[in-house]
Amino acid sequence: MKWATCDLADYALRKADDTLVLGQRLSEWCGHGPVLEQDIALTNVALDLIGQARGYYQMAAAWRADGSTEDDLAYRRDAHLYGNHLLVELPNGHWGDTLARQFFFDAYNFFLLEQLSKSPVPELSALAQKAYKEVSYHAQFSAEWIIRLGDGTDESHTKIQQSVNRLWAYTGELFEDTDLDRKLDGAVPLPSTFRADWLQKMREVFALATLELPDPNAYMQKGGLHGRHTEHLGYILAEMQYLPRAYPDAKW
Amino acid sequence: MVRNPEDSDVWNILESVLDPEVPAVSIVELGMVRFVERAPGGNLRVGISPTYTGCPATDVIVRSAREALEGAGFAHTEIQTVLSPPWTTDWITEEGRAKLEAYGIAPPVGSSADKRSLFAPSPAVRCPRCKSLHTTRVSNFGSTACKALFQCDDCREPFDYFKCL
Ligand SMILES: [Zn+2]
Repeated sequence: MKWATCDLADYALRKADDTLVLGQRLSEWCGHGPVLEQDIALTNVALDLIGQARGYYQMAAAWRADGSTEDDLAYRRDAHLYGNHLLVELPNGHWGDTLARQFFFDAYNFFLLEQLSKSPVPELSALAQKAYKEVSYHAQFSAEWIIRLGDGTDESHTKIQQSVNRLWAYTGELFEDTDLDRKLDGAVPLPSTFRADWLQKMREVFALATLELPDPNAYMQKGGLHGRHTEHLGYILAEMQYLPRAYPDAKW
Repeated sequence: MVRNPEDSDVWNILESVLDPEVPAVSIVELGMVRFVERAPGGNLRVGISPTYTGCPATDVIVRSAREALEGAGFAHTEIQTVLSPPWTTDWITEEGRAKLEAYGIAPPVGSSADKRSLFAPSPAVRCPRCKSLHTTRVSNFGSTACKALFQCDDCREPFDYFKCL
């Protein structure tokens, strides 16, 4: 293979962190969804994402070949070592906030996995092909909610537009090409290459939802990929990592 | 999937292993068993494809398959997880589909390739109870990762649908 396994490991870790952190966030809705079906839907999406995270962590552990396990990578790293996008660590807010965040991420994940399915690295393409099918259901679900809330009552329209506007500044980072992406040229897609597809999907769904698309050239927040996170990530990790850190030998 | 006649004893054992979340069908009928291979020393290799990445039943299924094989005298079985090509509902056998419906779960309609686009219209799903095609999708997510929730517009019963993947 012409790519360094340490780079592939770092790449898999970023993807693992994205899906784990968002899966953890979504699972906070468990038992709190507005109606049972939506509660179940979000926990199903969370489960898929955590399943995908496991696949990426296992890959990263194998490529690192330093004896670390998938659990070590998920539970024994601090916030500054996490390489997830800022978007996924933001608090759930209200239902509209959660669904706006979800729609931004699902559409990104959908186009990412579409490209990653063609990767010449068999581990990455195998997981991407599998996850792609799951994520198409996620994206359909979140898109339907954007339309339902946007094209719903005056109140739901106002609130979802506010959610979209507030979260928009965190979408630019999804398409940031980093040195790592460039080092893995040919093995993984450059995020900037599928930004146009993502924006087109935003335009399509926002038109149906009668929502306004914020300015794609607005100021965007960055830093997550480089370990510079919002204050929120530390709290998620504290909750998620508490048990394995307090009882390192705990077994199910 | 390659199924050699000389391995039919192994396949028969695997046909007794059920998916704990859908206990009406075996992992063979679900198309999860991808291959059975015998190494010269008598060791067995079995390839199993998980249905969903996060499916909590996967570990249980692998353990049950191992136990069933060990119970039948195959002491050295290596079970390999096969991710590629990814499992699809297209691999569920005809018997598997019939058993799902008899159990009260509507089997997947059409090919998984049909739903590769966002906003694909819902397929016409048949109510497993009264066989009506007048059914409505309540939610694409149900009691387990593999199911969607439907309701029959004729007999009014809610039911699970094994969604296309
Ligand atoms: Zn009916």
